[in-house]
Amino acid sequence: MASASVSGVPLMEGALVEGQWPEWFVASRQRGWADFQQLPAPVPKDEKWRFSNVKALALDSFRYPAAVADAGALVERSTGLGESAARFVFGNNRLLAATAPAAELVKAGLVVMTLEEAASQHADLVEKHFMAQEVKLGSAKYAALHRSGPVNGVFIRVPKNLEVAQPIEIFHWVEGENSAVFPHTLVVCERHSKATVVDCFRSADDESAFACGVNDLVVEEGAKLNYVAVQQWSLATTAFHLNSTTVGRDAACLGMQVNLGGKFVRGESYSRMVAEGARSDMLSVNIAGGEQMIDQRTFQDHAKPSATSDLLYQNALTGKGRTVFSGVIRVEPGAHKTDAYQKVRNIVLSDEAEANSMPGLEIEADDVRCTHGATTSQVDDRELFYLLARGIRPEAAQQLLVMGFFNTVLDRLPDARLRGHIEGMVEKRLSATLRG
Amino acid sequence: MKHLKIDNLHVSIGDREILRGLSLDLPTGQVHAIMGPNGSGKSTLAKVIAGHPDYTVTSGDILFDGESILEMEPDARARKGIFLAFQYPSEIPGVTIANFLRAALQARLPEGEELEATEYYAKLYEKMDLLEMPRTFTSRAVNEGFSGGEKKRCEILQMAMLQPTFALLDETDSGLDIDALKIVSHGVNSLRGPETGMLVITHYQRLLNYIVPDFVHVMVNGRIVESGTKELALKLEAEGYDWATEPEAEAVGV
Repeated sequence: MASASVSGVPLMEGALVEGQWPEWFVASRQRGWADFQQLPAPVPKDEKWRFSNVKALALDSFRYPAAVADAGALVERSTGLGESAARFVFGNNRLLAATAPAAELVKAGLVVMTLEEAASQHADLVEKHFMAQEVKLGSAKYAALHRSGPVNGVFIRVPKNLEVAQPIEIFHWVEGENSAVFPHTLVVCERHSKATVVDCFRSADDESAFACGVNDLVVEEGAKLNYVAVQQWSLATTAFHLNSTTVGRDAACLGMQVNLGGKFVRGESYSRMVAEGARSDMLSVNIAGGEQMIDQRTFQDHAKPSATSDLLYQNALTGKGRTVFSGVIRVEPGAHKTDAYQKVRNIVLSDEAEANSMPGLEIEADDVRCTHGATTSQVDDRELFYLLARGIRPEAAQQLLVMGFFNTVLDRLPDARLRGHIEGMVEKRLSATLRG
Repeated sequence: MKHLKIDNLHVSIGDREILRGLSLDLPTGQVHAIMGPNGSGKSTLAKVIAGHPDYTVTSGDILFDGESILEMEPDARARKGIFLAFQYPSEIPGVTIANFLRAALQARLPEGEELEATEYYAKLYEKMDLLEMPRTFTSRAVNEGFSGGEKKRCEILQMAMLQPTFALLDETDSGLDIDALKIVSHGVNSLRGPETGMLVITHYQRLLNYIVPDFVHVMVNGRIVESGTKELALKLEAEGYDWATEPEAEAVGV
């Protein structure tokens, strides 16, 4: 065991002495720190930061936070699905509460534990998969910061052939002005296993905070993973959510990013189909109101033939809300019979809101089917009149139409209870945004 | 008894005048049919009463039980008791019939009061049975992928749930085969009663065999040119609209 500290950097001061991390992890942190310092900060002319707001990336004021004031209260506020296979609650990077999986699941080989424990107890798996994919979409510097930082979160290993019926729920809270958190979720679904994981990111207050989150999803042959991230940071928070998914032979990953909070949110989602028959559903529901900016970059990487990727991102914008979508479908040489779909749909509810969409294709194989498209529209006048003619008030009618727009994405969730849970959170935020 | 009174109504869309001095008195407890050739302004009349924003009332009035509703927003008119069964109902992606109707009924409750879910579903299922709609309909998105007949049945379902004082049925028979027409008509007839007035707009007499009107009005060029009992519809069926359009043609020739 070893520890390292970096002084003179508020974000890191005092952070790295906490916890018991193995040598390999400490070495990885040090590399991360070196990379963070060496990599240039993004500038507006970077293609990968086009239409974004690099000024939002001033991180000087953020620092490593003290423990939360009232852990019990935050655990209490971690209302989720009610029933789950396991439930972990973190606050300001520290574990507040954990409900381990039932004994029979543990006996069957299911592992759900903190990343810190797993770094020692499952060092081989964690080291193999922890941030193993290159960060290609523009935020390598912030991925390095995450790697160097006081990460905390959950490691999940679903063993071969095990189907975990209930979702595994993880809550990450941030509390206090200028607090910085580094949530990490690492999921390995082994061959023919099945699981659902829900990450919930929440603020304990309305303060400005910094969140730098990463998740690594590994879905091996024939396995099926549903992963949902519901981001509800305060409207003063700067956040990164960097996702990397690898999907194996005949495996399927359904990933859904739900962005409801944050002031500046940068999401990067990279999905690599590494074997034939792989399928990746990349879904996202985003509400950008007030002064919010949600900037998302995606990459559907078809490395092998006969794989499918299906991306559907939908944004509702109000106030001075801004969204950016930049997506690439890449079909590598030899990845014939690729079936890739990419669609972004924006519904713009105010004159001052702005949606930028940049779909893209890079195809280096023959006999592929790739389609992409972007649409931006307002609420349809005919649809609106139809609702008004039934006595529904204009505000309620608008909300109903936008929820209908989002439901076309939420309907893709296979679990009705989870779907209802997510829909409830989206509806609540939408209602507040439309009234705001 | 309440009255929906249209008083010398003139309506334009852009520079084009569509209704040119139309008057009509529809009391509750009666069914009035409006027949007329294409382009005579029948649908415009229905949409104007519902408050469609594309049309401008240049003069005249629409009175709901003596009170002008011209300044009322469409949603307020609907809550007051006006219902338009659309000729071309909109598809509302992602909004289920159950959610849509719940929102419509919720809007009629006083602020802070919540719709009672059990009662709501009991009523919804009762009305769906009346219209021979399977229960799975409730979880389908409003009108999305519906056949013509399903759309019209869905309109009548909404009418049955919202129980309007005055219902305007705009070409409810269009696109229906005979079986669907019978089901829809049965639904409409079951909603007839002393508390409801209906304005049935149609191009064809066929519908009026199933929904038998108390009065029939013939509309040509934005005006009612003839009113009578249901026998008038049979005359139109036999003779067409030519006799009614001639005076207008002569007027143009002058």
